[in-house]
Amino acid sequence: MSIKVRYFASLKESIGRSEDYLEFAGIATVADVWGCANPNKALPDNSLAAVNMDYVELNSAVKDGDEVAFFPPVTGG
Amino acid sequence: MHIKICAEVFDPWQEIQLHQHSAQNLAGKFGATSVFIGTMRDFNGGDDVKGMTLEHYPGMTEKQLGKIVAEALQQWPIINALVVHRVGDILPNEPIVLVAVWTSHRGDAFDASRYIMEALKSRAPFWKKERLQSQAERWLVKNTDGYL
Repeated sequence: MSIKVRYFASLKESIGRSEDYLEFAGIATVADVWGCANPNKALPDNSLAAVNMDYVELNSAVKDGDEVAFFPPVTGG
Repeated sequence: MHIKICAEVFDPWQEIQLHQHSAQNLAGKFGATSVFIGTMRDFNGGDDVKGMTLEHYPGMTEKQLGKIVAEALQQWPIINALVVHRVGDILPNEPIVLVAVWTSHRGDAFDASRYIMEALKSRAPFWKKERLQSQAERWLVKNTDGYL
């Protein structure tokens, strides 16, 4: 399974990367994507997640080719 | 309907005028225009702010704003709508966001523009990082609920 992972704003700064490319079998959910890309860091409690640019819950399923994003609460406007 | 992400300073009044003149379905048909403009302040949380950077998620921003406007279209008889949002480095007194809604009657214009603005604040993927006069930088943590 191939997944592109993107990070934004303070979360991007705290992990020191803006994106990852995962090529692992056994990734089923958004939470799995985070755990696989960041095995030594818990996702901050207030984080939001998106798959293919739509908001999702952490237990949402992912499939090959998805773009998964993690970011803090939005502060635009 | 038009949604625009702007990396340079924009003039909200000029954007409104251009949109109103170029939209094919407005002439003679609208009775109400509701306009919201958000502008950068030089203070926040008791600190002097000298500038900020607005980061966004290209693609998702446009997708979410499109959904928000579509939701408003289902709830109110909107004739036309314009959403412009700044990204990049911003200075105090520069506009950050413009929401304009054209309808036949004022109630729908007020309500629809408020809906779009509040939904933008909670769902459009933008993030502000302030630069303070003290040289410190800080990410804003969360937008407040505009209805409270």
